[in-house]
Amino acid sequence: MSSITTRDVPRGFSASEYMTCLTGIVWREGLRFLHQRERFVSALVRPLVWLFIFAAGFRQVLGISIIPPYETYILYEVFIAPGLMAMIQLFNGMQSSLSMVYDREMGNMRTLLVSPLPRGFLLFCKLLAGTAVSLLQVYAFLIIAWFWDITPPPIGYLTVLPALILSGLMLGSLGMLISSGIKQLENFAGVMNFVIFPMFFASSALYPLWRVQEGSPYLYYVCQANPFTHAVELIRFALYGQINWISLAVVGVCTIVFMIAAIYAYDPSRGLARREPAGGEG
Amino acid sequence: MTNPAPIAEPQQMPRLEAAAVPALSIDAVSHSYGPRRALVNVCFNVQPASFTALLGLNGAGKSTLFSLITRLFGIQSGRIGIFGHDISRAPGEALRLLGVVFQPRTLDLDLSLTQNLLYHAALHGISRREAAARSTELLARIGLTERAGSKVRDLSGGQMRRLEIARALLHRPRLLLLDEPTVGLDVKARAEIISHVRQLVTEQGIGVLWATHLFDEIMSGDDLVVLHQGKVLAQGPMSRVISEAGAQDVNTAFMRLTGAQAMPGGGA
Repeated sequence: MSSITTRDVPRGFSASEYMTCLTGIVWREGLRFLHQRERFVSALVRPLVWLFIFAAGFRQVLGISIIPPYETYILYEVFIAPGLMAMIQLFNGMQSSLSMVYDREMGNMRTLLVSPLPRGFLLFCKLLAGTAVSLLQVYAFLIIAWFWDITPPPIGYLTVLPALILSGLMLGSLGMLISSGIKQLENFAGVMNFVIFPMFFASSALYPLWRVQEGSPYLYYVCQANPFTHAVELIRFALYGQINWISLAVVGVCTIVFMIAAIYAYDPSRGLARREPAGGEG
Repeated sequence: MTNPAPIAEPQQMPRLEAAAVPALSIDAVSHSYGPRRALVNVCFNVQPASFTALLGLNGAGKSTLFSLITRLFGIQSGRIGIFGHDISRAPGEALRLLGVVFQPRTLDLDLSLTQNLLYHAALHGISRREAAARSTELLARIGLTERAGSKVRDLSGGQMRRLEIARALLHRPRLLLLDEPTVGLDVKARAEIISHVRQLVTEQGIGVLWATHLFDEIMSGDDLVVLHQGKVLAQGPMSRVISEAGAQDVNTAFMRLTGAQAMPGGGA
């Protein structure tokens, strides 16, 4: 039985094989997205409800002073637009994680993971694909928002792109990390309550942090420590052609940490390995 | 005895080197879920161009073994090799040579047949053009050319299985694993799938590991591995396993083997 010989000089994979794999995964994610029109619509309706209804009611309550990157007084709608863009990505990242749990239950994740390419690379492709889908959603939102008088400088639409890619990767890796720990689909409601809502509300998405500080210094620190706050600020500044260096650093570091942790969690010899297959084995 | 040699005869091999290295070698593999031992010191080989049936009841450990071979789980102890490539040390090389049909359906129901095949090809780094050519060829072989553009959702259970087998062959593996592939299919679809896979063995020299609990899927020339409560109770050519169990057919042999295991002192 000791027939496992020493043939283990890896042939490796060529750059074009990696590229084929990456485009294939992004292409499939795009196709799936096109087939799930409800998902696109709900991804758009959610921020638009906030913009059209919540912001309209709330702007009488909350005055916004002039804070960077804004140079004039702005409407409340303008203030929350970057937060809503980040919210789209937050939901998309968590929804991708939902689809990974679903994939795992349906077995599609198995198809991905038996690919001979390195597993870390496969998961990275999956993250990029999810981020690409979130970009489509965010830009669709920006187009509609433009008609609602949210008109950042034209160059902002371009400079916000790298910020969106980075924040999309961060929120996607966070979702992936969470998905590795979720056994079943029903637990997604828990993710909503314990991840999405706290991250969204304890951030600078809906109100400037100095306002929070006036209300509760402790909450202010929580908001400061929330990576989502920095995703929002990174997007906010980038939308006006500026860079918020602190936010960039926080989002960059968080992306790397979450991604490594997620890839680690999906390593066969750890994370998943200790678990018995759902629904017993056959 | 119709098949005396425990290892397939070299003259049946299209490649000479194939006889030396087993398509799949499972070497002293054990696996536990917490205190529960799912596999206990499992050892067996699958030869190239052979049909090896992995026979076991539900819960015998077949799916755990498949999850280990496909690297869904890490190996806790023992070694698994695919054509000599250790799956822990050289997973890429090993997985390249492996095709798998999982027990649950793993197709994208909303995508077309061709799209499913192209996605799988991309996961193996096969260029778009080459993938399209191979997909056309494989769809023709499983008789689904006209359905190429339909959504997988609209296929019957048997057609989906055939598509999954075609997909598993897309990257031209030399070892094919199938985990109870005929579960839930009607008699005709079952027969088609079995004969298709047997053709792959004889015509293309693919080594097949076929997990099943259905005795009528096994034929006299097959190799048999009897897995029960995580342990290999018997292995070898079917006729030998039967005669060593002192039985007349697989069914009786299996009952005797597993019945003996259930005697006092034999529990896992």
